Amino acid sequence: MSNVAEQVKKIVVEHLGVEADKVVESASFIDDLGADSLDTVELVMAFEEAFGVEIPDDAAETIQSVGDAVKFIESKQG
Amino acid sequence: MRRVVITGIGMVSPLGSSAEISWQRILEGKSGARRIEGFETEDLQTKIACQVPLGDGTDGTFNPDDFMLPKEQRKVDDFIIYAVAAADQAIADSGWNPETEEEQNRSGTLIGSGIGGLQGIAETAIMMEEKGPRRVSPFFIPGRLINLASGYVSIKHKLKGPNHSVVTACSTGAHAIGDAARLIALDDADVMVAGGTESTICRLGIAGFNACKALSTGYNDEPEKGSRPYDKDRDGFVMGDGSGVVVLEEYEHAVARGAKIYAEVVGYGLSGDAYHITAPASDGDGGYRCMKAALKRAGISLGDVDYVNAHGTSTPLGDEIELGAVERLAGDDAGSLTMSSTKSATGHLLGAAGAVEAIFTALAIRDQIAPPTINLENPSVETEIDLVPNKAKKMEINYALSNSFGFGGTNASLVLKKVES
Repeated sequence: MSNVAEQVKKIVVEHLGVEADKVVESASFIDDLGADSLDTVELVMAFEEAFGVEIPDDAAETIQSVGDAVKFIESKQG
Repeated sequence: MRRVVITGIGMVSPLGSSAEISWQRILEGKSGARRIEGFETEDLQTKIACQVPLGDGTDGTFNPDDFMLPKEQRKVDDFIIYAVAAADQAIADSGWNPETEEEQNRSGTLIGSGIGGLQGIAETAIMMEEKGPRRVSPFFIPGRLINLASGYVSIKHKLKGPNHSVVTACSTGAHAIGDAARLIALDDADVMVAGGTESTICRLGIAGFNACKALSTGYNDEPEKGSRPYDKDRDGFVMGDGSGVVVLEEYEHAVARGAKIYAEVVGYGLSGDAYHITAPASDGDGGYRCMKAALKRAGISLGDVDYVNAHGTSTPLGDEIELGAVERLAGDDAGSLTMSSTKSATGHLLGAAGAVEAIFTALAIRDQIAPPTINLENPSVETEIDLVPNKAKKMEINYALSNSFGFGGTNASLVLKKVES
């Protein structure tokens, strides 16, 4: 797992209070990890803070799963 | 009007993590005041407060994890956590678990707070100045709103009846219980989870009340002596945190399910001083009329009341004004009256005070004992009323009255009555 993926996973575990083994790439924040719409807003903010990237609102809407987040952040950093 | 009784009690207070623990410590004459922990007090005039004792949940300490998941705690200010904890306890104590749609629709919440999420507002404002508005959490607003105490409790326990809140400074808890009792009396609900909650012990809270000259400043080196209602050396109130919540229930509803009944809410009175934003009217007229209204509703006079749980905050002005109003209303019956201030032990829980004190008043009726006014060494005025200095007093209590007065000149009195089983 990449560094970004490791860190994303850690943030998700911390914010959503879920078991680490459930935070797989395909896991949807809302459908699989019990987040609500406010949780996802906060998650995106936490990603911005942790990775020093800006995630505009229209991009944030496309980030629905752990994998989406990793992909977006890696594309910004690459 | 339908009769309303108290069938469950819950509390998080500076004296402990439950109503029973807090009550036992009050009867033992213990104080909840300590040097402030958790933030810098070097530049604050007041360095003492009655903070909720945090811990692992043993020995009366409060462990928030027992009531709310850590990820949920992160989203809210402490006043919501305290209310959720007190409501959990009160609902469990009452044994009322609304399961059917109809039962849920007939069960509501009415929990207030004087100030709400002061600490979170202060911290978020500073953070926004440093990092910009995009860093403000989506949980900032819902975690600070006063009525979200009712909101969280209603969601957790599926209470779909009236969902309400009260904000009347230090009268909040009494108004919440009084208003909730009326909702039941008027048949808007059968059960109401009602009370008050507060968490203002933070730098901004202390500085703000210091600026109003409301807090004790002379007992920083002996905190447990700081809250001393009616004593000539009192110099302001000691701030407290916590929550008190009761389950109120229509009498027949409670009897039908065999619920234990602590007391009946037979009187509720409200009044306004229309005088000054922080000082009570010097003639005590607001408090006088408020007690009178509550007694009228109960159909009794102050001479019928055995015990008064005073507002008695330990401020130089307020204590004597209240005492004078009680004496005036009692007339020739003052000599047979017993009145104490449990704020001497808990400090002043602001928006939670009226609810916490209504619970102590109900427990005074249950146990037939008047809790003491601790630190009362030299009364500042002479009175015929027994202020229960320093030692609890066993006595017959059939009727008891609890007073709450708040900034803005807002007053509330509750009258509770013993219910024969």
